[in-house]
Amino acid sequence: MNQQTILCQTHLDLNARMVPFGGWDMPVQYSGIINEVKAVRTAAGIFDVSHMGRLYISGPRSGAFLDRMLTGSATGLRQGRARYCLICNESGGVIDDTIFYRLGDEEFLLIPNAGNRPAVVEWFNQWIEAEFSGGVSIDDRTTETGLIALQGPGAANLLDSLCTLTGGASPSSLRFFAWGEGELGPHTVFVGRTGYTGEDGFELSMSSQDATPVWNALMEAGALPCGLGARDVLRLEAALPLHGHEIDANTSPIEAGLDRFVRREGDYIGQPVLAQQRSDGTERRLVGLKLPGRSAPRAEYPILANGQEVGRITSGSFSPTLDTSIAMGYVFAGHSEAGTTLDVDIRGRPAAATVVPLPFYSRS
Amino acid sequence: MSPEDRKYTREHEWAKVEDADAKLVSVGITHFAQDELGDIVYFDLPNAGDSVAYMQKMGEVESVKAVSDLFSPVTGRIDAVNSELVDHPELVNDDPFEAGWIMRVVLEDLGELDTLMSANEYDEYTGAS
Repeated sequence: MNQQTILCQTHLDLNARMVPFGGWDMPVQYSGIINEVKAVRTAAGIFDVSHMGRLYISGPRSGAFLDRMLTGSATGLRQGRARYCLICNESGGVIDDTIFYRLGDEEFLLIPNAGNRPAVVEWFNQWIEAEFSGGVSIDDRTTETGLIALQGPGAANLLDSLCTLTGGASPSSLRFFAWGEGELGPHTVFVGRTGYTGEDGFELSMSSQDATPVWNALMEAGALPCGLGARDVLRLEAALPLHGHEIDANTSPIEAGLDRFVRREGDYIGQPVLAQQRSDGTERRLVGLKLPGRSAPRAEYPILANGQEVGRITSGSFSPTLDTSIAMGYVFAGHSEAGTTLDVDIRGRPAAATVVPLPFYSRS
Repeated sequence: MSPEDRKYTREHEWAKVEDADAKLVSVGITHFAQDELGDIVYFDLPNAGDSVAYMQKMGEVESVKAVSDLFSPVTGRIDAVNSELVDHPELVNDDPFEAGWIMRVVLEDLGELDTLMSANEYDEYTGAS
């Protein structure tokens, strides 16, 4: 039995197509994936991302604890800011990727992926017990709150018309990866200038009872409801990794090209392995592939060089924004240079693909 | 409601007689099928002159999200493939029963169509009635 977000009935009323995802019933599309992708690239779209976790981590040792758990520094993060990083195991594999916000001296909000939330909580509790006993508490408020992403070049103007931050500033005054609290009509919202689409945008969290009215206010102001189908295409075009595809417990952030989110120093879990990989290089690398035409490689399709398998696709799709097929996948390091021509075995048909620099799409 | 001028398969293809004397039928996928697929971006289809057989794979259709096999609702030789679908596969989303036809096939035996579902039966099958 899947969980349902507080917005589930709203999706059904909008005739969304629902699918199971990460243990939740989620909308995969409303008006159509291509239409929704275009809305986010040219105007503004909204996504229900309430299935993702909301872990409030607090206590006198919360900063030190997160410094131990995360590839990014928590104690080095200023209040009012957010950071993207990885939660790694001792082998440098990725348990989850996350954005976390510094709420106060001793309080953080950490957003794990929906399907990984139980594993992350268990992992954290294990380390709290081992090394931080009594100094850190985790309050999982995932089911008490809603989380809505507003994304697109029109997001800032749209939100400014509805919402004022505490102290009177506009949401558009927030820098990328900063957050504030504000009022949207009678509703109190937490506003982070973050997202997972490669566009400007915000992620808004609010009490459960405020989720539907906030969603409706954003829709009435012109944001198009968008589902997980569009979200997956948008994040692939922006080359943002998806746990279970580009990253997993057996894949390191160095292989995945996420070096810039990994501290060089610091006594965090996985650091020795990641430092070693950074200096020695890794056997395989994540690459971007572009294919002429519209037939798309899908996850697990073999990548070939001269007929020999040299890697596997992790994600692929037709890109409506670029009007061609794109994919990411791992190849042995000798085949990872931009400009290298490879083949992807698309259900028995070899299709020519060129290694290209990532991301495929970045906003101007 | 599916059009009553043609027959349907459980795999959500349709076959419509265009010229009974020539045993010529057009073939496509249903509104239900295109709606399930979502935005169609690519067809992999056989060529005119190739043979197709009842319920054998005749090609593939890709939507943004997924790939599905296409099964031939009839047995015969392909007379024509809808070349519009190369650049405009979304025609099948927009108009699955007319402009979005996929192939025209010359049947070996027109009586083969008698085994397929009527529009009423198909709508009952998909729960659309």
